[in-house]
Amino acid sequence: MSTHPIQLTINGRRHDATVEGRLVLSDFLRGDAGYTGVHVGCEHGVCGACTVIVDGLAVRSCLMLAVQADGAAITTVEGLAADDGTLHPVQQTMRDEHGLQCGFCTPGIVMTLAALTGGPNKANSETLLNALSGHICRCTGYQGIRRAALKLAGDAA
Amino acid sequence: MNAPHTQTEGYIGRRMARTEDTRLLTGKGVYVDDVGLPGMLQVAFHRSPIARGRIKTIDLSAAREIPGVYAVLIASDLARYKVDMLSFFLALPTVPVPVLAVDRVTYVGDPIAMVVAQDRYIAEDAAGLIVIEYEEQDPVVTLADAKHGSLVHPRTDSNVAAATGSDEVDEDLEALLAHAPHLVSIDLTHQRIAQSPMEPRGVVAAPQGSGELTVYLSCQGPQLAARWFAQAFGMPATSIRVISKDVGGSFGLKGQPWREEVAVVLAAQLLKRPLKWIEDRLENLTSANQAREQEIRLRVAFDNDGTLLASHADYGINNGAYPQGADSNIAVMMFLWAAHKLPVFGFHARGWYTNTVGLAAYRGPWALESLAREVLLDRAARKLGIDAIELRRRSLITRADQPCTTPMGLQLEDISPAECLDELLRHVDVAAFRVEQAEARKQGRYLGLGVATYIEPTAGSTGIAVLISESAHIRIEPTGKVSAVVSTHSQGHGTQTTMAQVIAERLGVLFEDVTVHEDDSSRGGYGSGAYGSRQAVAGGGACIRAADLLVDKIKLMAAHLLNAKPEEIFLRDSVIHVFGEKEQTVSLRDLADIAYGEPDRLPEGMDAGLEVQYRYRPPPITMTSAAHACIVEVDGDTGFVKIRRWVTSEDCGVMINPAVVEGQIAGGLAQAIGCVLMEEISYDPRGNPTAVTYKDYLLPSISDVPDFEYHHGASAPSKAEGGFRGVGEGGCIIGPPTLVNAIADALSPFGDIPLQLPLTPHKLLEVIEGRSMARPAPTQPKASTPADAPSEKPMSVAEAVVHEPSSALTPVPVVETAGIDGLWKFILSTPMGPQAFTGKLATSGNVVSGSFYFNMDEASFTGTINGNNLKWDLKVTKPMSITLKYDVQIQGDKLVGKVKMGIFGTAKLSGERV
Repeated sequence: MSTHPIQLTINGRRHDATVEGRLVLSDFLRGDAGYTGVHVGCEHGVCGACTVIVDGLAVRSCLMLAVQADGAAITTVEGLAADDGTLHPVQQTMRDEHGLQCGFCTPGIVMTLAALTGGPNKANSETLLNALSGHICRCTGYQGIRRAALKLAGDAA
Repeated sequence: MNAPHTQTEGYIGRRMARTEDTRLLTGKGVYVDDVGLPGMLQVAFHRSPIARGRIKTIDLSAAREIPGVYAVLIASDLARYKVDMLSFFLALPTVPVPVLAVDRVTYVGDPIAMVVAQDRYIAEDAAGLIVIEYEEQDPVVTLADAKHGSLVHPRTDSNVAAATGSDEVDEDLEALLAHAPHLVSIDLTHQRIAQSPMEPRGVVAAPQGSGELTVYLSCQGPQLAARWFAQAFGMPATSIRVISKDVGGSFGLKGQPWREEVAVVLAAQLLKRPLKWIEDRLENLTSANQAREQEIRLRVAFDNDGTLLASHADYGINNGAYPQGADSNIAVMMFLWAAHKLPVFGFHARGWYTNTVGLAAYRGPWALESLAREVLLDRAARKLGIDAIELRRRSLITRADQPCTTPMGLQLEDISPAECLDELLRHVDVAAFRVEQAEARKQGRYLGLGVATYIEPTAGSTGIAVLISESAHIRIEPTGKVSAVVSTHSQGHGTQTTMAQVIAERLGVLFEDVTVHEDDSSRGGYGSGAYGSRQAVAGGGACIRAADLLVDKIKLMAAHLLNAKPEEIFLRDSVIHVFGEKEQTVSLRDLADIAYGEPDRLPEGMDAGLEVQYRYRPPPITMTSAAHACIVEVDGDTGFVKIRRWVTSEDCGVMINPAVVEGQIAGGLAQAIGCVLMEEISYDPRGNPTAVTYKDYLLPSISDVPDFEYHHGASAPSKAEGGFRGVGEGGCIIGPPTLVNAIADALSPFGDIPLQLPLTPHKLLEVIEGRSMARPAPTQPKASTPADAPSEKPMSVAEAVVHEPSSALTPVPVVETAGIDGLWKFILSTPMGPQAFTGKLATSGNVVSGSFYFNMDEASFTGTINGNNLKWDLKVTKPMSITLKYDVQIQGDKLVGKVKMGIFGTAKLSGERV
């Protein structure tokens, strides 16, 4: 069993660890690093619950090994809100629009929306909805999630 | 407890943001996999790769050699613990359910061994090194297999797991069907569904002190789970603490603990270590209990004007090997025609054992009734040349027709599907759609409109021991803040918000001042949590009653302290106001300070403190009604269905939080869309599951689900406290027929659509193109049943047709009546599971008299003796008035027989001398 030293930044804090080669990034983030907001729903890249932002891109952390994140800057859902507790605009919009019920798929959806609305080139609603088609929510029927996406894209009815 | 005591307005009915969402949106929820304990070890299961066979040898040696493996356990290691695996009704199963497989395996995924290791990776490594030799047998996979194949379980009479209704032909009913002006019949099959909560099952079990257990569980209600564990293990309920904080959905799957969770709890006790098992998605799709897989033949006789004359339903449901309560789903029959004017109805319903994963609940377990009825009504409308909406109007029971009683004994007071339909049609212009549809067809585009109505029983409080009442304990803390412990539980329902809305409004306090706890069995009183769409009605009612009692106390106390009259006191925004001659205000905190700290200042005889507990039992059933319409376009080239519009019209009574109500309706409808269009748990002929990832088991995505429109114009308050009605399951019940009818309407130029869900593009394309597009049949012919299966009796071809147990009809030697007298133990197989009771029989000439003894209750009867055959009638009033007709054969110290239970059919009775 090979082990590898890795250094990465998680939610702005540097994290050093030695991990097995086979350790999946989602398990590393949840177990070793303690960011349990990373949810594991399918472990085969379909449901999207484990999505985190790796170097600015939304990534399914169940499809990436921890060693591959060596040197990366990672943001999990725990890293979005301000220190004073003020919610990130994506979080606030999801709350306002009742975009969640059980909350299990929610961190992944929030991270995808945050990745696509956070940069200088703001995504339009079509881009956001296409990206959300890679997230499964079993509770809401996507009603509030769609409203949130349209609102974030500036297309709210 | 009548008019509100306060003048705070607006929490009930307000579209408030949810309290839960702040933690859930920031990653601060606590789901079971987020629980970590010192010394905790991880569990992985080794599961059967075959659907049916005998275990010849088990070799655990290689698994045990892996570094980091703490223990590898099989059934014999857990045998020191006696466990009764109970059904949801807390009844013993007809066929015993092993925790881990013993000697034989009964489905692919049957857990045989568990590896306990320092992490899950190592546990899975070791589980993969367990070597088991099997003697494989031909599995019984489908409903057709169950009817004609080998016995799934040894020592059973047949593969019938449960049966209700009559297996005898009702000549009168058949004559009505045969001679009616129109007979419409459908054969419909519903595929097997995986409930698919996004969080799979999971448990952390931690032994505490001497014989105590803390169990963190992903479940539908910690109180029900604790009660189940206590009864299953024979432990005091106070020794088992079930904690269930955030749960990532359930939809029926997590309604009760089952084999894996129990195995982990037992192993934790055995090893005296905290253990965690988190189901992965592969396990969830192959080994977690599933739902549906039903077939129904529904026949309905109509008069020329569309009047319903008679109906018969023949129903089967695949129970798998170990159902969470063998079931023939009496609710399907109860509600099939409950909202319609139908004079004569008969049915025969059977649940069947197979070598597949066992049956569990899924949102609206009886939903097939609405699907079958509404699809049939549309077909009948086309056949009779009557508009489908008009046909419904002619048979639906309206508010003006009530109160009335259905042929199944259900008392109706305030259902409103007809009124919901009227409201729906104010928002759907059917005539305009027909014009659009005709225009589109000219261009080769196929639009369809589907309409359905339904009623749903919610918050039942009779007949099912675990679903009677709910508890609310509200206290105003010495700080003046309000804490409530309610027996509701959220797996996404938002009850921490909705119950706080109810409490805040009724108490007259700020919403922000109320904290609701519902996540710990040790905190409050029993309640079932999320079951049967009951939380708003039963939990909300409990909160209202408790809050009102607390307000009464506050008024008396404040009036005494402030020298005012109780009726001059009111609470608003957490402040106590006195109006009248000298207006003044007191904070709730100041009052609480006195209540807890200076009880001498309270009125004479008043207890210290400010807390109240109330257990609310709602009316027996609170009915929710609805009518939905949807418009689809079916692509003539691909068979793909695009849903263009979906309009809902619901009578859900007083809404606590409209956003939460809409969320329940929308979530159920999305699942309905999945049922109709894509979801399917499938097996190959050897019983291997063939949808084992979310690449194969397709769930609706955001592009599959349209925006829903909600209308509540037909709503009326229910008779329950607060006027609430349940909405948890409705979307999943009315959604499927609405969508199927729309697709059928779209494709009506091509003929009838197949009624085998899911309606995948290829099935619809077959209708459009009028040719088969089936793939070649799999080249896996089933071998004949091996003749050398030692402990089971494979049936020969001649015996292949399954008969009902016929022992009651078999002639047996005449016995002396003296052999009858005395005490007997009886087991009656009811639709709720087997019911055990004792009784006394006494004979005198050819007259038998006797009594049955239930828990502090007794029922007496007299009847006749003919040889060793006894017959008597017993009238019961609960859960409904019915005469039970007993027909019993005495065989020495045992008796067998059957009991006719009116419309509910015949139940098996067995007994032995005490």
